Amino acid sequence: MSDFVLENAPPSRTSRGRVRAFDAAVLALLILALWQAIGSWTQGVAVSPPLQTLVYLFGLLRTWMFWDHAAATLTAFLVAFALSALIGLALGLIFGIRRFAGEVAEPILAGFYTIPKVTLYPVVLLVFGLGMSAKIAFGVMHGLVPMTLFTLGAVRNLPPVLIRTAKVLRLSPGRTMLWVLIPACMPEIVNGLRISFSLSLLGVLIGEMFSSQRGLGFLLVNGMAQNNVPLSTAVVTVIVGVSIAANSLMLRLGGRATRRSN
Amino acid sequence: MSAAAVSAQSHIALGGVERHYDGPPAIHALGPIDLEIGRGEFFSVVGPSGCGKSTLLDVLCGLVRPTRGSVRFEGRELHGEIPDGIGVVFQEDASMPWLNVRQNVAFGLRTSGLQQKEVAERVDHAVHFMGLAQFAGHYPAQLSGGMRQRVCIARTLVLRPRLILLDEPFGALDQQTRLLMGDELLRLWRETGATVLLITHALDEAAMLSDRVGVMSARPGRFIDIMETGWPRDRDSRIVSDPKFGGLTARLWSSLREESLKSMGQAA
Amino acid sequence: MTRRRAALFVRTAVLAGLVGLLEICCRTGIIDPLTVIPPSDMFASMIDHLRSGELDESIVNTFSTILLAFVLAVGGGTLAGALVHRSPRLRDVADPLLASYYSVPTFIFYPLLVALLGLGKAPLVVLGVLSAAPAVMISTLSGLDGVSPVLLKLARVHRLSPARTLWWIVLPAALPRLFSGFKLALSYALIGVIAGEFILSGTGLGYAISFAYQSFDNRAMYGLMLFVLLVAVTANGILYVWEGWLARRRSRG
Repeated sequence: MSDFVLENAPPSRTSRGRVRAFDAAVLALLILALWQAIGSWTQGVAVSPPLQTLVYLFGLLRTWMFWDHAAATLTAFLVAFALSALIGLALGLIFGIRRFAGEVAEPILAGFYTIPKVTLYPVVLLVFGLGMSAKIAFGVMHGLVPMTLFTLGAVRNLPPVLIRTAKVLRLSPGRTMLWVLIPACMPEIVNGLRISFSLSLLGVLIGEMFSSQRGLGFLLVNGMAQNNVPLSTAVVTVIVGVSIAANSLMLRLGGRATRRSN
Repeated sequence: MSAAAVSAQSHIALGGVERHYDGPPAIHALGPIDLEIGRGEFFSVVGPSGCGKSTLLDVLCGLVRPTRGSVRFEGRELHGEIPDGIGVVFQEDASMPWLNVRQNVAFGLRTSGLQQKEVAERVDHAVHFMGLAQFAGHYPAQLSGGMRQRVCIARTLVLRPRLILLDEPFGALDQQTRLLMGDELLRLWRETGATVLLITHALDEAAMLSDRVGVMSARPGRFIDIMETGWPRDRDSRIVSDPKFGGLTARLWSSLREESLKSMGQAA
Repeated sequence: MTRRRAALFVRTAVLAGLVGLLEICCRTGIIDPLTVIPPSDMFASMIDHLRSGELDESIVNTFSTILLAFVLAVGGGTLAGALVHRSPRLRDVADPLLASYYSVPTFIFYPLLVALLGLGKAPLVVLGVLSAAPAVMISTLSGLDGVSPVLLKLARVHRLSPARTLWWIVLPAALPRLFSGFKLALSYALIGVIAGEFILSGTGLGYAISFAYQSFDNRAMYGLMLFVLLVAVTANGILYVWEGWLARRRSRG
């Protein structure tokens, strides 16, 4: 059957691809139309319409102020993400390898994931004060646990035969980790990085939304407070655009990692 | 032969049955098939992989309509509905993981409209018949593959089907279990008086269990040989020691070998 | 002692140890009492506030909002998931959207929601639904995907009507994954609503915490925080245990 399929694949694939592209275009138009509708129906009080937003955005991108804020967010985010990723990876590996510790820790981590972390924000502020370190703390608070859980899961689901092979080849623990464990877990690790990325960004933005004078989160809330609707809408658009772009990129990378290991 | 004569003789009859798939790519999966199976007969189908054995079963029970030709069950032609009186045991595990053994077996009777008492009686009988009495309260996940298949067979039994179709039901089992399950199947066949059609890839199993064995060609599957075994009704797996057995199996293989090579070349 | 029990024991010990450590550090002044109050005080504060009845209105507000958001998300998400599942074309459109959905912080739309719907229950409910419904949709799709085709064949052989096929076969088979979606929905709805109340609201537990913080009333703030955390952990814990009980019946051996 597969011979038949391979011989005849090209026509069917492009026709399906064309339908998908068409549907995607229709969807994009629908979203824009909805955006426009909400914008004009509320007379720009809640959301500014697409075209106006785009124009404003281009203007905004040329201001020093915008990039200053963007840099603040970016710095906090990069540090938070790096910390979440590295600590999460390390913890995940430890909890995955040391089974009992993993069994003890997992419900605690899973439990932490489900609580409204926003209720802990005042504590973070009290401990770190207002500023960059608080923002980074928020980001890590959101991004660390998912990374740990994904890595833990990946190590746990590793086929035991791989570890046995490493032992038979007399690999040192370090090499086992670097040459066997991490490559084998790569798809899930990349997935964890993807989730951690979004959540670290979320944490940093929320932190900025109510406890900072700099950053895109602040810009958003400030825009609302000053009734500068085009500004807030533009900032939202930037954040959505960056998030989706980064997510799609990481999905592709993850896809490649999965294909290689399968 | 007139239609009346045909239906008088056969329990289920296929006339010129073909099955095509439109694709792309277009596939001629089955046929043309002409086959008559008599009431109470034990008929096995063997053939190389991919030859359309499962499609044949789907056509026989009405799950799939033939592209061409007709299927007559108990004299009436099937028009794409599944008639009453046919029981099917699939190749894959069709036990329902959320029900225990007894509930699984009773599932078949949920729409029957029978009284609770009668349902319980039939379920008990089927559970005992298939040797599952000890495990009546267990869940499928706690049972071995062979036991799960027995649950599926018991579930078919409670319906008191007149025709039982089995698609490689013992495929996942080891040889010893298969032989024992074969004996079980023969016992079931004798005690229910049902017509049995068994699809299997094991030639010895077909040769041992059946009244007749149909050998299918590589895709598109057609019958290239229908072999009579001539076994007495009262038989079991010990028949392997009968000198005739070797010859029967050998005949099946000689018909099948070339078709199997062809099918290997066809890939999946 | 079985491994599970041992893990439970160690886990309880670890948590108790951490709480104990915090208590000691606070009482001995290692941690500034203006920053964090001892856990025992947090607990006492929580009990006081609950007893005094001043929280009743906030509790009713918050929980009703969360419940409403949860119910809407579960109902809407399951329905949407079922509809999308039936249409391969809709599925092709929906899959990438769902895959990227949670990469966008739903939060950033909250000020817009408030501008649109006013400062009341409505934007909170919408926020909760926006946070929770896609998770339900994703798990519904996954659950329906996971229904073994042989069971559907079985339904046809038994000549079950579509309604019966859905009720007797599809739903029970998909239940484990559906349930995990419901769990996520509860936790996302809870998080969304409380976070919304915290940032921009006039009522509810989230607002009460924010208010206490801004009034420098640490004791009240920590008491309320503890209450919310305990509720969240208990609610999710109940679903987690329930899910485990359901799973154990079908699990291997």
